[in-house]
Amino acid sequence: MTPTTLNQTGTTMAGTTRLSVRNIRKSFGTHEVLRGISLDARDGDVISLLGASGSGKSTFLRCINLLEIADHGEISVDGELIQMEQRGGKNVPANRRQVDRIRSELGMVFQSFNLWSHMTILENVIEGPVHVLKRPRAECIAEAEVLLEKVGIAEKRNAYPAHLSGGQQQRAAIARSLAMKPKVMLFDEPTSALDPELVGEVLRVMRSLAEEGMTMLVVTHEMSFARNVSNRVIFMKSGEIDSDGAPDQLFGSGGSPSFRQFIGNFGG
Amino acid sequence: MALFQLIGFGPTGWGGLLLLASLMTLCVTAVALLIGAILGSLVAWAKLSGSRILRTLGGTYTTVFRGVPELLIIYLVYFGGSSAVTAIGTAMGYEGFLGLPSFAAGALAVGIISGAYQAEVFRGAYLAIPKGELEAAQAIGMNRSLRFRRIIGPQVFRFAIPGIGNVWQLSLKDSALVSVTGLADLMRTSQVAAGSTRQHFLFFIVGGCLYLILTSFSDRFFTSAEKRANRSMPTSLGQA
Ligand SMILES: Nc1ncnc2c1ncn2[C@@H]1O[C@H](COP(=O)(O)OP(=O)(O)O)[C@@H](O)[C@H]1O
Repeated sequence: MTPTTLNQTGTTMAGTTRLSVRNIRKSFGTHEVLRGISLDARDGDVISLLGASGSGKSTFLRCINLLEIADHGEISVDGELIQMEQRGGKNVPANRRQVDRIRSELGMVFQSFNLWSHMTILENVIEGPVHVLKRPRAECIAEAEVLLEKVGIAEKRNAYPAHLSGGQQQRAAIARSLAMKPKVMLFDEPTSALDPELVGEVLRVMRSLAEEGMTMLVVTHEMSFARNVSNRVIFMKSGEIDSDGAPDQLFGSGGSPSFRQFIGNFGG
Repeated sequence: MALFQLIGFGPTGWGGLLLLASLMTLCVTAVALLIGAILGSLVAWAKLSGSRILRTLGGTYTTVFRGVPELLIIYLVYFGGSSAVTAIGTAMGYEGFLGLPSFAAGALAVGIISGAYQAEVFRGAYLAIPKGELEAAQAIGMNRSLRFRRIIGPQVFRFAIPGIGNVWQLSLKDSALVSVTGLADLMRTSQVAAGSTRQHFLFFIVGGCLYLILTSFSDRFFTSAEKRANRSMPTSLGQA
């Protein structure tokens, strides 16, 4: 499938297709972790990816920004297809520059925050815009301060990550991603490493992003977020999409038996 | 009285020469550390690389230069280097023996050894960088060279400071062996003073003290550099 046909399918829908994934497959050794996953995210979509641990959610997310290279399948961001080629029997990116540029258009928030520990919070937030996008520093600082204000850690701008709580670090990491003005945000279990009392502050920031119309793909175990914030829920099972639909529908009566059993474990 | 005059700065005193000699020792060691840093980072990179050939080469380097006596390497570089220079000289029509300058030979030899130790320090420092921070750099769209300049380099430097401090101390002591090539370093000058005044004990004690002063000053320097570099660490670690 070429980028133009993707664009056409995208524009026939309600909004632009920000992210299109076609038939992704990925194995680690003989273990097939993703068995052909496809997904389209339109502008403003907030998609929760649910599933038991080991079902391939993180791997799927990491394939989208090529932290893992899928063995098979196509990925387009905002209509631009990521060029792949076969080299030595393996599927590899054909153009490193394109990969770097596409990555800069996709925000990624990790479970373990991954702030750069040798930089202050402000330095973390301006790093991408200044060095990757090569924008004027003063302008980036001004924007970073607005972002830090927005995620509620403006007073920590000159602190180092190690001196912040987990919740503060994760909010800083979100600000770092937002500073790149991403087209899509990928969240990989953003609250799983947090103490329970710190989960709420991160979810609040994510909720306000969703309300502003950010396109988001969120791997999560927070059922309340999936149910109340996202407009679409995808339930993965053994590397495949088991159920896919609006939260009301899935959490209502539309979910598969496996999905019912899965949310049953969360007392939902 | 007479003893004090011998190590003093008067016309019969060796003070000035000893001071110069200490400076020479510092210079040889500093240049050696620099050469070692370049060789060490290349070797560390080879050992961390995906290529088996490079890893083997890197491993061989560290094994050989940490395993062979320092003095042997100094002889090897000095005489090996000199015969190479002589051969080139002969080829260009110059007759006779050409010596490699003893400063260059000494700094190179100590640098080669220091490189073997620094390679291990750099490799350890690289492995100490949290993997997630490198992924975050990739995910934000940094290319390889940007990742190296902005994320890997500064952190390797930070984690390497204590180890490099140790290598500096080792190199400072190794540099005494360079005196065999006739370089007027602290060791050599102490020897010459001891011989010509017949005050062996006095001058070796003074030489020893000067080495101690050099090492303890550099120790302080590295400790404060480490503190500075660790200001971003959790307080408990930063103060350690
Ligand atoms: N780098 C890797 N090497 C080998 N196996 C991996 C790697 N990453 C993930 N896996 C395996 O892939 C499967 C799916 O993992 P993951 O995508 O993290 O699932 P989830 O996010 O749903 O918990 C697991 O069985 C895991 O052990």
